[in-house]
Amino acid sequence: MNFHAIKAIYRFEMARTGRTLFQSIVSPVLSTSLYFVVFGAAIGSRIEEVDGVSYGAFIVPGLIMLSLLTQSVSNASFGIYFPRFTGTIYEVLSAPVSYLEIVIAYVGAAATKSILVGLIILATAHLFVPLDIQHPVWMLLFLMLTAVTFALLGFILGIWADNFEKLQFVPLLVVTPLAFLGGSFYSINMLPPFWQTVTLFNPVVYLISGFRWSFYGQADVSIGLSVFMTFLFLVICLAVISWIFKTGWRLRA
Amino acid sequence: MSPILKISNLSKVYDSGFHALKGIDLEIERGELFALLGPNGAGKTTLISIICGIVNASGGTVTVDGHDIARDFRAARAEIGLVPQELTTDAFETVWATVNFSRGLFGKPKNHAIVEKVLKDLSLWDKRDNKLITLSGGMKRRVLIAKALAHEPRVLFLDEPTAGVDVELRRDMWRVVRRLQETGVTIILTTHYIEEAEDLADRVGVINGGEIILVEDKVELMRKLGRKQLILHLADPLEAVPETLAERGLELGQNGETLVYTYDTQAERTGITALLKDLHAAGIRFRDLQTRQSSLEDIFVNLVKAPS
Repeated sequence: MNFHAIKAIYRFEMARTGRTLFQSIVSPVLSTSLYFVVFGAAIGSRIEEVDGVSYGAFIVPGLIMLSLLTQSVSNASFGIYFPRFTGTIYEVLSAPVSYLEIVIAYVGAAATKSILVGLIILATAHLFVPLDIQHPVWMLLFLMLTAVTFALLGFILGIWADNFEKLQFVPLLVVTPLAFLGGSFYSINMLPPFWQTVTLFNPVVYLISGFRWSFYGQADVSIGLSVFMTFLFLVICLAVISWIFKTGWRLRA
Repeated sequence: MSPILKISNLSKVYDSGFHALKGIDLEIERGELFALLGPNGAGKTTLISIICGIVNASGGTVTVDGHDIARDFRAARAEIGLVPQELTTDAFETVWATVNFSRGLFGKPKNHAIVEKVLKDLSLWDKRDNKLITLSGGMKRRVLIAKALAHEPRVLFLDEPTAGVDVELRRDMWRVVRRLQETGVTIILTTHYIEEAEDLADRVGVINGGEIILVEDKVELMRKLGRKQLILHLADPLEAVPETLAERGLELGQNGETLVYTYDTQAERTGITALLKDLHAAGIRFRDLQTRQSSLEDIFVNLVKAPS
């Protein structure tokens, strides 16, 4: 293992976060706070409790997931796309680093950033609503697993994209709708039976459901299924990345 | 001693079908400065990119200090430093951070003393806290060299490092290159400035159309392929070469004011003595004479022009 290289890339990526603190940390925290004000305080007070949890508290896990997913994808995709765009990727490709080390470094940094954002949002939420986390270890596990999985997805996206528009395409037009429709703001039990079935094809449902279970002990789908689906998605992303590196697709001519 | 770089039957066909390299065989000796010359699109950058791991080869093998670049890529790449042709740098990093990043990326532990020396050698020390975006093109080029040297490579590739660099900076760079060579670093450079190759290189390779068409010791190459010319400045201009001198192959130049005689320095007889006698007999007087040897550029142009 070339630990020095992993450290160098990781530090480089984290330094980028430091330089763009407003964009990386402050902006998602601010937008999530706005969700709390609108959905939690203004509209939420007129909505009944969901599964015995006040609406303001109910949406906290979903909101954290929403930011976690978009941040993980954006951070990782930008991290690998930008060196490709500027041409500085030559240095990483010519260095004595394995594919695994490159992925650990870039995805690790992207996941770290989004986990930080997630934890800051959690702390911010605590200012608005009383929070009770029933399974804190599971909560952290879901947080990390989801961050890593979606950072892997972002990494794939950053290699696939050949312009900035494509880079924005997946977070805006795929991840955000899936997160909104995946039960961020409602329990899927509130939907008509037909849409409940349709929703089960949305992978984000399992992430949000599992994450919400770690808070309140209640879930739309069983916790075992949530863990399984999260791992399945992780394995699929790893398989795609190993294929990319094996073939050099979009990286090596 | 075994060569530090051994390229065997290396080929590259791009997805577009373009055959960039056609069975390249080349060996680079330890500690030498090898100049790779070739016109645009000849395959120079593709060759360097394959050796450095940026482009995948279609066939053939490359070993760096005995390490295969595919099977044993870690050991092979750790020995190589690359200064790319394009000025590709991060914008918002400082010089100090980016050079230290390169050292870490190549698996070396932090060593501020080495990075400091590299920066000082390249006159970058005063700029160490500057962001890359604030540097001039020439300074960025120096940063790329510093990045390539940060992990103390044994083989350094310089892909047209002086393109677009002013004369003073170019001289500075070559001073650094010479100093590196003195410390035992093997240097492979491509350049458009053939006088640089002529000035610096121990051996010269010429690549054209994806094939190495010549590899030769520079001095030997210039001796073998170089032509020499004797230029006679005439006291009285001539309208034509006199018939008595027709067989000598003389050319009349500069409005009849000079006679140019081309000869082979390797031949048993150069014919100069006989020519001078004939000129005297023809009553042609001259006020000055000079000789001129072909430059590496002349040789290069003749080589790549020749049908392969």
